[in-house]
Amino acid sequence: MYDITGYHEADSLATIFKIIKADPKAKVIAGGTDVLVKARERKQDFIATQLIGITRIPEMQGITMAEDGTLSIGALSTFKQVEKDPLVQQYIPMLGEAVALVGGPQTRHVGTIGGNICNGATSADSAPTLFTYNAILEIHSEAGVKNVPIADFYKGAGWVDLEPGEILVRIKIAKADYEGYLGHYTKFAQRKALDIANLSCATLIKMAPDQTIADLRICFGVAAPTPIRMPQAEAFAKGQAINDATLKTIGKYCLADTNTRNSWRASKEYRDHLVQIIPARNILAALKEDQ
Amino acid sequence: MNQTIEFTLNGETMHYSVDVRQSLLELLRDELALTGTKEGCGVGECGACTVIVDGETVDSCIYLAVWADGKTLTTVEGLAAEDGSLSDVQTAYVQDGAVQCGFCIPGMVLSSTQFLEDNPTPTRPEIKRALSGNMCRCTGYQKIVDAVADVAEKRQENADIAPVKFTRHA
Repeated sequence: MYDITGYHEADSLATIFKIIKADPKAKVIAGGTDVLVKARERKQDFIATQLIGITRIPEMQGITMAEDGTLSIGALSTFKQVEKDPLVQQYIPMLGEAVALVGGPQTRHVGTIGGNICNGATSADSAPTLFTYNAILEIHSEAGVKNVPIADFYKGAGWVDLEPGEILVRIKIAKADYEGYLGHYTKFAQRKALDIANLSCATLIKMAPDQTIADLRICFGVAAPTPIRMPQAEAFAKGQAINDATLKTIGKYCLADTNTRNSWRASKEYRDHLVQIIPARNILAALKEDQ
Repeated sequence: MNQTIEFTLNGETMHYSVDVRQSLLELLRDELALTGTKEGCGVGECGACTVIVDGETVDSCIYLAVWADGKTLTTVEGLAAEDGSLSDVQTAYVQDGAVQCGFCIPGMVLSSTQFLEDNPTPTRPEIKRALSGNMCRCTGYQKIVDAVADVAEKRQENADIAPVKFTRHA
């Protein structure tokens, strides 16, 4: 038995807002693959509270493309739905590849991309990829709708900018942020399944006609308390040709911009080594996959 | 703290008053006495509690019982025919010696069963990925993968499809 005081299956966003207004401690639950694990561990804020089930809310489902090419991913899309979605496969394939690496099949059948982000973990497999696509989070509350860049959403380890009564409804990616880019995501873990990344890295690259780098975007997971973009490496890379020297310099700048830690999964030294070599591997893999 | 839900379990329509605090695993084992579904880790990392919900495998330990409302569930008890004869997947597990202690096997068999519905002509890597949410600490997995490959081959032979041939583990 989970230590909860009640369960409501919400049928609309308005219902969620109403319940949370009456009881700000009520917890929203989607697939439950994080919330129920925390409830079982008796983590504060996850016990002795009522749960609001949100998986049946229509406006949070489905993956669509607007007329201007903006992709819109319902927060309740499961990892499997994202992986198998034709729009994802065609326009933002790196996201499909990243969520295919979450946990095991059972987790991917119920776990949602919205929950992956709102859980706030630096190791979330969808997060580095969404950072490189400059994803915009559409957050609804009783007061209205706000659009938050994903990089502004993460505040610290397990801490995101989401107040009680605010719900992540959709995740949007503008055409300019995916068109012409090639990408590769690496989840560096000890097993191929049912594991959490020691370090993860999403890399998006756009090449200029003269075979120099037109744009490079790198985001690491587990290299800081939140997923983190690499401003120095990205600025340096613009206009560079791809060769050993360029790739090594990108690695050096990544080391300067990350803030790794020791944990039982991996030492700081090991993570610092990975930080320097994985972006280069990702760049070469992304370009190779395109050939 | 109960809610009445309606669901189909192993082909039978059920109306049941469930405690909202209950996991689906607790409902199955403690209330419905379907103890074929096992509790391993309790946090969705081992797959021993796998059941099929609306054509997808889920870990029933981290799945609230109330979520079964309106859904169709299959547990390991629902695989054999009414006369007790085993399904082809279960038979292959026996014939290939894929079972040692047996604790992970109900989950393995359910993952295998649903996977072969979704992908009747799998490759060996696809089988491994499909079973990657189920941990076995005895067998080393090879015989389990062999059993799933055997079922795929036999079904393709029976359906007159040119079967995909698998490389057997020595």
